[in-house]
Parts: sequence; structure tokens; C-alpha cells
Amino acid sequence: MRIVCPFCGERELGEFTYLGDAKPVRPTADAGEDAVHDYVYLRDNVAGVMSENWYHGGGCRAWLKVTRNTLTHEIAAVEPAAGAGAAKVGA
Amino acid sequence: MAGAQTNRLDNGGLIDRTAPLKFRFDGKSLSGFQGDTLASALVANGVKLVGRSFKYHRPRGILTAGSEEPNALVELRTGARREPNTKATTAELYEGLEAASQNRWPSLSFDVMSVNQLFAPIFVAGFYYKTFMWPAKFWEAVYEPAIRRAAGLGRAAGVADPDHYDKVWAHCDVLIAGSGPAGLAAALAAGRSGARVILCEEDFAFGGRLLSDGGMIDGLPAAEWLSRTLAELAAMPDVRIMARTTLFGVYDGGTYGALERVNDHVPSPPEHQVRQRLWRIVAKRCVVAAGALERPIVFAGNDTPGVMMASAMRTYVGRYAALPAKRIALFTNNEDGWRTVETALGAGLQIAAVIDARPDISPSHRSLASRNGFTVLHGSVSGVDGGKDGVRKIAVSLTGGARAEVEADGLAVSGGWNPAVGLTSYHRGRPKWRDDIAAFVPDGAPPGMVAAGAANGNFGLGACLAQGFAAGAAAAHNTGHNGKAGTAPVADDETFSLTPLWHVAGKGKAFVDYQHDVTASDIELAQREGFESVEHLKRYTTLGMATDQGKTSNVAGLAIMAAVTGKSIPDTGTTIYRPPYVPVAIGAFAGHHRDETFHATRLTPSHHWAAEQGAVFVDTGLWKRAQWYPRAGEKDWLQSVTREVKAVRSGVGFCDVSTLGKIDVHGPDAGAFLDRVYINTFTNLAVGKARYGLMLREDGIVYDDGTTSRLAEGHYFLTTTTAKAGLVMQHLEFCRQVLFPDLDVQLTSVSDQWAQFSIAGPKTRELLKEIVDPAEDLSNEGFPFMGAREVALRGGIKARLFRISFSGEMAFEISVPARYGEAMARNLMRAGEPLGVTPYGTEALGVMRIEKGHVAGPELNGTTTAADLGLGKMMSTKKDFIGRVMAGREALVAPDRQVVVGVKPTDRARRLRSGAHIIPKGQTPGPGNDQGYVTSVCFSPTSDQWIGLALVERGRERIGEIVHAHDPIRGEDYEVELCNPVFYDPDGGRQRG
Repeated sequence: MRIVCPFCGERELGEFTYLGDAKPVRPTADAGEDAVHDYVYLRDNVAGVMSENWYHGGGCRAWLKVTRNTLTHEIAAVEPAAGAGAAKVGA
Repeated sequence: MAGAQTNRLDNGGLIDRTAPLKFRFDGKSLSGFQGDTLASALVANGVKLVGRSFKYHRPRGILTAGSEEPNALVELRTGARREPNTKATTAELYEGLEAASQNRWPSLSFDVMSVNQLFAPIFVAGFYYKTFMWPAKFWEAVYEPAIRRAAGLGRAAGVADPDHYDKVWAHCDVLIAGSGPAGLAAALAAGRSGARVILCEEDFAFGGRLLSDGGMIDGLPAAEWLSRTLAELAAMPDVRIMARTTLFGVYDGGTYGALERVNDHVPSPPEHQVRQRLWRIVAKRCVVAAGALERPIVFAGNDTPGVMMASAMRTYVGRYAALPAKRIALFTNNEDGWRTVETALGAGLQIAAVIDARPDISPSHRSLASRNGFTVLHGSVSGVDGGKDGVRKIAVSLTGGARAEVEADGLAVSGGWNPAVGLTSYHRGRPKWRDDIAAFVPDGAPPGMVAAGAANGNFGLGACLAQGFAAGAAAAHNTGHNGKAGTAPVADDETFSLTPLWHVAGKGKAFVDYQHDVTASDIELAQREGFESVEHLKRYTTLGMATDQGKTSNVAGLAIMAAVTGKSIPDTGTTIYRPPYVPVAIGAFAGHHRDETFHATRLTPSHHWAAEQGAVFVDTGLWKRAQWYPRAGEKDWLQSVTREVKAVRSGVGFCDVSTLGKIDVHGPDAGAFLDRVYINTFTNLAVGKARYGLMLREDGIVYDDGTTSRLAEGHYFLTTTTAKAGLVMQHLEFCRQVLFPDLDVQLTSVSDQWAQFSIAGPKTRELLKEIVDPAEDLSNEGFPFMGAREVALRGGIKARLFRISFSGEMAFEISVPARYGEAMARNLMRAGEPLGVTPYGTEALGVMRIEKGHVAGPELNGTTTAADLGLGKMMSTKKDFIGRVMAGREALVAPDRQVVVGVKPTDRARRLRSGAHIIPKGQTPGPGNDQGYVTSVCFSPTSDQWIGLALVERGRERIGEIVHAHDPIRGEDYEVELCNPVFYDPDGGRQRG
């Protein structure tokens, strides 16, 4: 598999680390135990297109949001995480 | 010498008669020529019997001339380079080659286990499953070893492979598999268009079937067209053509695997060269021109030596000038088989008969038969009379029911051609059936891949050239290369006519899968027993599961299953195709990643100095760390470590701790960021101070610990454990980039930038005075416990100095740029000499941390909470942090959790060992009363006995209680006392002094 890192260009799989579903959002401090439990443990087992967190540890150390089809491994989009790399420059 | 080659033609063939080669097969000296394969040389020497079959030990000969060969497997080479299951049909001959047949004892022609044939009626599909069921424990002890001895393939060398393997990447626009007419035409078109092209050819010679079958292309004999084409391609700077290279797999994102057999064709690789090279090729487009494989027809005795694929016979005669037989018969169901007759006649062979299963035979073939005096029989071969010496007589069932017999010493068989659909099907593409050629053709190929020529079911030479050229031009165009491709090479198409025929009923074993000894009746039995699905059929009969992956057998097997179930072949379906296309040695996948280069090795900045000191090193992750520094006269590690600990506690010592992960945290929100990732607070840490921090996983379990110092208002310096350095960096980047993008903070890994040493012991200040600029105040007032700041060293270098202590002694850690690390170690030794400075290793470090009750890896084990470690009070209640909510779950705050406590044997002379289970006194050990275990132990020179830390249920409430340490692994059971985990200086006066 090859991922086009927005900062480094196309790189092979070995440079990246997979974390998983990018959909769950960390609950706010007052959200309560149930919400945090769901955030920590509940994951969809998607057969098809899903949004995933990948880490370019062998490159620029950016966290990336990768839209990937789990059946075909086709990658439709790669975006930097909100706080990745140069995103803050000039902000 | 060539005279020994009884079956070699005097002229012709693509062999170099000026380069004779001697070789040995089963100890017998034989000869061949440069350009031979082992198989062609055996054919030239009149060798028909080359192996015994897997299950029945039946005599077997050479069936094919390529990588699809199921029978002619040999052990190639000897000693450490002995390679089992090597196909004689692809092994190139070299001077001194040694090969041995497999699966026979004591010799190939007299094989004791061929008695298995007498029991053949019971060795049917599922035999092992049905027979060796009981008693269960007999399987491992008796049945399996016996079966493995009797039924098996070659023997592995049993010692380490002395050769090197390499792994490389390559990138191109157009990748082409195969150098037959379609592949070469594709390369021409793509190359002329300006694309970067890589062409992989499995064979050592380019040309595919052109090498065996010839033909006319663009008005030139095939050989001449071939040499012109190869010259044109060689002159193109962006075209790379690779021989001895098999494209074996396709992976995601246009990544392909290819195996280059760099030095398999010589006795051993020249010095500094690799044996094989694994290519990972990234290609935008791929043209599969891998050709087609001729398929056998299943009939009784079809495995008799001397029965050979018709196209293979053409290859041996045409390409190698080697005669597999003197008087041959042809059994065909298609037009192409007849070409073997033409080739054989051209070589002066006798044709005994042609048995053609088709209803009509062309007038030209009839006149060929009458001109050359052989008969043409309408019908099928129903049996073969012969044995290990080859074919003698062939029984024929004539159309209409009569029978006939043909005397011949060789039988060429052609059942039609199967396109090589492997590569195109490796992404779960299911090939589709084409009735006109009665074969599966590629469908659902991975993105960017097309098949062309015979691989796509177009068998004519003209069609191969045209389709290959078009595919190459399209691939180039699609990758943005539009140079002038010129016109496609032109040739005539051969007549195509085929009447499907898969299996001829007859008396005797009719083999479908030669290599796994699967017969037509096995398939029928599987169907009767309910294993109709092709995936079940495959696993029940092992059809297609041998090292050849059923290249010659799968389609025939499906056809027979289709016939007995009354379904069509496409409805019966194919099994899933999986790479690799040919076996690939594990060594090629490993490449240079073996032995000392299995992984990268990280050396600490003071490594070379430590090695000079005679340090014993220990692997911790990728690092080599000094474990202890033995001195003359010390009899074991314990003596050295005890000396080091005593020296630190009474004087001064130092230890390289550069392996700790180090992260600079910068920005206005640096403190706020650390507050969210640590359970304790860092915004209120004063500049110039350090603080111990503990971080949790989001599920509430402890993740890592370390000290963090505030060097400036918006600049913190954080350390992690050695083991988690990379993971903590990844975690913190995730927190920064994904969870808290609103915080203005940046992280920089500086683990490799700083050499860090712990200097510990009551004489630490005296030693540091010699190192640090005299202007720096190191007094308790000027540099108090947990102070952290930049200092100047004598000579002007800036260093970071931290007053932190892991040992419990008065201690500092000093950081200098990594390039000064070795000099720092030497300086400490020199300056500390009058003080008796002692370098200490990770063992002494560990002893002192256990004496102080500090937790480390064995306690931060992925199951413990902050409270379990005695650090629950550090958890801030005034802020949110990673893991806060989940750490409050009922089970994680239960009062009966196992918590860290000290342990010491009541018998002071006894050695304590980690892993021992804690059982209440007076109870019989069992899972029901297992209350925890000993996590860390050491001999404590300070306590003068073995001590340890343990995780014990309600441990902190039970200080003073005597319990059992139960160690079933070592067969030990002894009493220990639960105690305060801080064995040394519990009020901490020494580190603050």
C-alpha cells in the first residue's frame, strides 16, 4: 500500500503506523463516563470506506486522516490532522 | 564427452556446443552444454526417471519444460547450499552441478516405499483424516513422524544458508511480465513512447515460446526478429529488461514483487554478490504477458515417465536439441498439438501415431501422416503400459468403441492451453470462462493491470504481437508518454481448433495433480463425500496445494468435479489465487535482515569508551547498554554489580542514561499541553525546576513515566522511558495534532541530540566541581533538589544539569550535545580518579531503584493504575487529562487491587526470584488464592539480602504479613515478608542533602 503524505509525497506503507477509526471525537471534560467509555472502546468494523488515523513516523511525524476502502485498500483522500505540520503556521 | 549424450541431436538448438559442462545426478556423472537446463541435460542423456511421487512413490519423469513442473523436483547442490524441491526444468546447468532425486530410498530405481502403490486403494482423499484419528496423542508421537518420513519432498539443508540476499526498490511507468512475443511487443511500444519500462522474464533467455516454436515476424525468422528487438530495447535508456526474474505477486498501490535469481546459475555466488534479489517494483501500469500453460489430459497411466506435454517436447527438441524419445505418439484434442509432430519429424524422430480426440482432422494433417507413414487415430488414450524405464505401449479407445494399441517410447499430450491467470487474479479477481478456447481468462485484474497475448487467451502469434503492442502503447499513453510508437510487428495466426477433453475413463490411476498424487477418482470420491465446493475439494484432496500450486492440475480438477456434479465449469468456479506465483525463499524476503543486521543497532554516546572499559552489554530494544563493568578478580556479575552499588552509595559513580527518550516541548501552551497528557500539573512548575510525571492511556492504565523540566517560560524538556521513547513521541504527536490542535505547542524529538549521564553518590558535587564552570553554584541553596537549568562547563560548552535522583543518593543528571558524550565519560573518569569514581551499568541502576522502591518496566506493565503503583495522589482533581475518566472506573479503584509492595525472604540467606506467586500463609497454592506476584528482584548490598517489589492484593494494608512465594516453574516455595517498598533511606534525606 502507498500513502500520499501531504507533506512528503507518495511513500510506502512501512513508513506509516495505523491507529484506527478517525471518527470518534474525544469527549469534553464534563461528558461523563459513558461517553468516554464509548470513545475509548466502541469502534465500527467497517467493510468499505472509512476514515482512519495514520502516523507518518518514518517521515514527517504528521498524523494523517486517510480515507481508505478496507475491502480494496484504495485510498480516496489523505488530509493532515487539524494540528499537523504547517497547519499552524500563520494561524 | 558429448558422445555420452545419447539423446542429443548433432545440430541445432540454442545451446553452446563449445561449452560442455559436467554434472552429477544421483552420483552419476553426466554431461550437457551451456544453455541447458538440468532437465534438458537429463533428457539429452536419456534419463527418463527423475523422481518418485509424493504419496505412492510412483516413478516419475519430466512433464514440462517450465516453472509449472510438478514432477522433476530435485535437491540441488550439497551441504549448506542444498536446496530441496528445485525444479529441474528451470535450474540452469553449470559446471559441477550436483542434483539428487527426492522421496526415494534406498535408490531412485529401487524404492522400498513404492510398496505404497499396493495399498493405493486405501490412500484415497481424506485418508489421513480418516485413519490417524485415534488415539489422539499418537498423532504427534507416532503417526506424523512416520507419515513425514514416507511421504515428503526434499530435505532442507539443516544448517544456515551461507549466501546473501538483497532487497531493492524500483519504480517505473510500465512493468511487463514476460518476454514472449506479447511482452516484447509491449516493451517496444511503451519504450518507443518514452515510458520508463521494466520487463521481467523468468527464463534466462528472452523470447518465450519463440525460442521453442519459431515462426515468421515482419517477414523475418523469429530468431532474427528477436535479436533485432532485444537490440532495440537494449538501446533505450529507460527500458530495463531483466532475465531470471519472476514477477510473483501484486500488492496494493501498484506495488509488485519480483524475484531475481542473480546467481542461481553458478555453483556459488562470486564474492560480494548476492544469491537472489527481491525486487519491490512500483509501477503505474502493468502488462501481464506471462503466456499460457499447456494442460494435460487425465488418463490412466498419464504419469508414466515418457509422457510429456506436447509443447515441452517441442521445447526439448527445438530449443535444446534433446530428444525425450525415439518413437513418439501424440495425444491431442487441439490443433496446436500437431506442431509437435512437425517439430519431431524435422528432428528425424519416428511418429508412431497421432491420437486426436476431435471429430474432424484437416486434410493437410492427413497428408502429413500419409507422407510420413504414421496413422491418425480418432479417439483417446485410455492407458499406458510402462514403468520406471518409460512408456512401452499405449492403449487407445477409438471413437465408436474399438480399441487399438500403439508402440512408442514417448507420448506427447496436449489438452489445450490455460492462460496464466495468477497475477491478474491476486486481488480476488475471478477469471472468466471462455467457451471458444475452453479456458479461464483474466477478469477483475488489479487497477492498472492488463493481460495481453496468450495470458489473455489470444494464442496466435499475430494476435500476441498486436495485443501486446497495443497494451504497451496504451500503458505508456496512460502514464503521460505519447512518443511515436511506430507500428506493431506483424505475423500470421496459427489455426485454432479444440474439442474440450479433460478425463478419459480407464483402468488404473489417472493423475490430476501429479505432485500431490491426486487422482480423478479422488475427486469423484470427494464429491460423493460432500466436498463439492472447489475450496473444500482443494483442501480435502490437497489438489493444487503442492509447491506448483496446481499449475497443470487445477483446471482439470475443476472440470472433473463439474462433470460429476453435472454443473458447468464456470459454475463450479475456481479457488482463490494467491501469490507467490513461484516459491520464493524466505531468505529473499529477509534480505540482509539476519544475524547482526537483523535490526539496526543503536549505540550510546559513551559506547566505545565503555567497550574499552570491558563493559558487558545488554540489548534493550535496539540499544546496546553497558550492563556492568567487570574488574579483574571478580568471579561473577553479582560481585561486579554489588561493588558498583557500594561505590555509588559511599562515593560517586556515573551511568550513561542517554537511551531515555527526550522531547523538547515548545510554545505558549506547552504547560497546558503537558497538563493534559500527564496526571499531574506542569503549568505551575517553576522555571528551573524538574518534576516527575506519570501519563496514562485513555483507558486509565499507566502508560509511561519520566521527569520533565521547565527550562524557560515556554520550553519544557521531557524524558520518557527507554522502551517507550518512540511510542510516547507518537502518542504526544497524536495528542497535539489530533486531540488538542487548538494548543500552540510544538514537539521535537531530541533523544539522539543529547548525551545524558547520571552522576550519583555523596561525592557527586566534588566530582562536578571539576567538570562544571567554577562560577556555577552547585550548593543545596544554589542548586536545590529537583533543580534544572543550563550551566556552563569548564571550557565553555553549555550543558543541561538536572538535580534528580533515581538511586536515592545525592545525584545530578548532566546533558551535553551527543558529540561530547564520549569525552564527558572520559572526563568524568579522569576528574573522578582521586574520588574513586566508578562507572556503573544498568544492573546497578536497577538494584538502586529497587532499593528505593521506584517503579519501572516490570511494574508499568500495562495492567497497573497510578494508585496500584502508589502514585494515586499525583492524580490532579483540578483538570482534565488523558485517562482521567476511565481511571475512575469501579474495577480500577477497587480496594482489593494488586498494588506495589516490598518483599523480602524471611530467611535472609535465600535468593528471591521474580515471577514467584504470592499465596497467603498456610494455604495450598491455586488460582483461587493467587494474590499477585514478585515483579522485580535484586540482591541489595545495602540490606545485605535479596529484596524485591511485588504486586499484591491490598499489599499496602498488609505490611509486616508473612506470605508464601510460590514458584512452580523453579519448584520453590518459601516465606517472604511484605514490607515498605522503599528499602533505602525512606525519608529521602540523602538525595536532598
